Amino acid sequence: MTDLNTLTIAQARDGLRAGDFTSVELTQSCLKAVEVSDALGAFVHHTPEIALKQAGEADTRIAAGDAPDMCGIPLGIKDLFCTKGVPSQAGSAILEGFRPEYESTITQNMWDDGAVMLGKLNMDEFAMGSSNETSTYGNAVNPWRRGNDDTALTPGGSSGGSASAVAADLCLAATGTDTGGSIRQPAAFTGITGIKPTYGRCSRWGVVGFASSLDQAGPMTKSVRDAAIMLESMCSYDPKDSTSAEIPVPNFEAMLTGDIRGKKIGIPREYRIDGTPAEIEKLWADGTQMMRDAGAEIIDISLPHTKYALPAYYVIAPAEASSNLARYDGVRYGHRAKLEAGDGINEMYEKTRAEGFGPEVQRRIMVGTYVLSAGFYDAYFNRARRVRALIKKDFDQVFASGIDAILTPSTPSAAFGLGEVTEADPIQMFLNDVFTVPVNLAGLPGISVPIGLDKTGLPLGLQLIGRPYEEGDLLNFAHVLEGAAGFVSKPGKWW
Amino acid sequence: MSIDIETARKVAHLARIKVEEDHLPTLAQGFNDILGFIEQLNEVDVEGVEPMTSVTPMRLRRRADVVTDGDQQEKVLSNAPDAREGFFAVPKVVE
Repeated sequence: MTDLNTLTIAQARDGLRAGDFTSVELTQSCLKAVEVSDALGAFVHHTPEIALKQAGEADTRIAAGDAPDMCGIPLGIKDLFCTKGVPSQAGSAILEGFRPEYESTITQNMWDDGAVMLGKLNMDEFAMGSSNETSTYGNAVNPWRRGNDDTALTPGGSSGGSASAVAADLCLAATGTDTGGSIRQPAAFTGITGIKPTYGRCSRWGVVGFASSLDQAGPMTKSVRDAAIMLESMCSYDPKDSTSAEIPVPNFEAMLTGDIRGKKIGIPREYRIDGTPAEIEKLWADGTQMMRDAGAEIIDISLPHTKYALPAYYVIAPAEASSNLARYDGVRYGHRAKLEAGDGINEMYEKTRAEGFGPEVQRRIMVGTYVLSAGFYDAYFNRARRVRALIKKDFDQVFASGIDAILTPSTPSAAFGLGEVTEADPIQMFLNDVFTVPVNLAGLPGISVPIGLDKTGLPLGLQLIGRPYEEGDLLNFAHVLEGAAGFVSKPGKWW
Repeated sequence: MSIDIETARKVAHLARIKVEEDHLPTLAQGFNDILGFIEQLNEVDVEGVEPMTSVTPMRLRRRADVVTDGDQQEKVLSNAPDAREGFFAVPKVVE
């Protein structure tokens, strides 16, 4: 029999119902894979007792019949999600020792459906990064390598641990979060599927906030079908999140008809960027042809403000972060610096935050503080929010003209080596998110699907962007693309 | 717009992050790199465009002004670095 940990959610769901294996067996198979995966740096807190208890309960529920699709499915949870009684540090030293007294709405939804928690997954500190190199736990490592070259590569970020864990079959799927591309970029770097739903689809309650007007959680999975199944479980209207969308959650899996005939796919000319490798250009052209072959109409479109998305993002996200992260003050939870005689409350704040936050987080908080400070608020923050309105208008106009989805590359490169893009050049790191950031600014759903390998054997993905709240249609486009691309490669096991 | 060491010191203080004196020049340089990148936004004509407050037009929902939660002192304090007699404890702020 196949190792159970390599199954997709859909395969496991069907196998559990057929009685081929139990959730306890499935969970044990994942726990065993996790045990020997330290070299990947993916799992940072292990919860085998919780997992086996949940799996036992899931088996009872499945035997009784009528269990939800996610029942008995072992998952990894990004460290950004608050999980009751289990360390939840957002990859930061400032939250060391923090054990929430509550559960995030998203994880609660999935536990209510019978899902199983294997543990918490590595990530960039407070989700700020594109390579998982800012984590207090150390780097997460990509299970993929360039051929026989043993250079350690990034799994991307910020959901790097989630991507690494799913690609290496340590779990069936994982939760991720995406503020500027943190689900889609790591998914592309590791040959898996990742969807960021429409802003408001998944509750942000209990998910540690980075930039609240951009943050959205979503599933990172081994297939588009799995993304559909898991997304349905994650989504809900939540009165505890004031920006939660009060609209029904459809059966996304039932919308995977595979029929996209007559649909209009837009190809935005502004996404052709100087310096994009020829392989990615070709991947994009191939993906376009696959959609055409499936009966879609391909239309050239323009999103004129695309180039300003990254600079607008790097005003808005740090501004919101500086406000969100003000709560880490050494009073209510987490780290407090040791104080010297005579130190007052300000010294406590300043020392605590200097010790607890890593350099990238400090830099972003201070940039945010600057762009919000008196005299600069209009010139930076308000200007960036105006540009954001124009970026959203670009998308609104394209969709109003009848376009059903937009096809772009997910990333401007394949996974790079850990340490190759250094902290000394933050702008270079920002450019990783050039194709994903506009989607967050406009609040739209976006999905990355693995399509092929580059010449060194690393996975590459394409992104589809959909209309607001039409994740079902978007998943169906992705399903067609996935089927046409037929990506089945897996990383060779070295860890 | 260029950020000098004095501005960097002021921003660090506003953000309540202690930055050692000898690190201020690097910090100022880091700000200047990022602000240089952000300057591109000045090319955009934003005349008459309202700053976006929300991606979907929505009014924040209201609810009845009643107590919905509470009586969880122990849980609220359970993660505090220093909690005493049912309160968060901090260094003395008033002489």
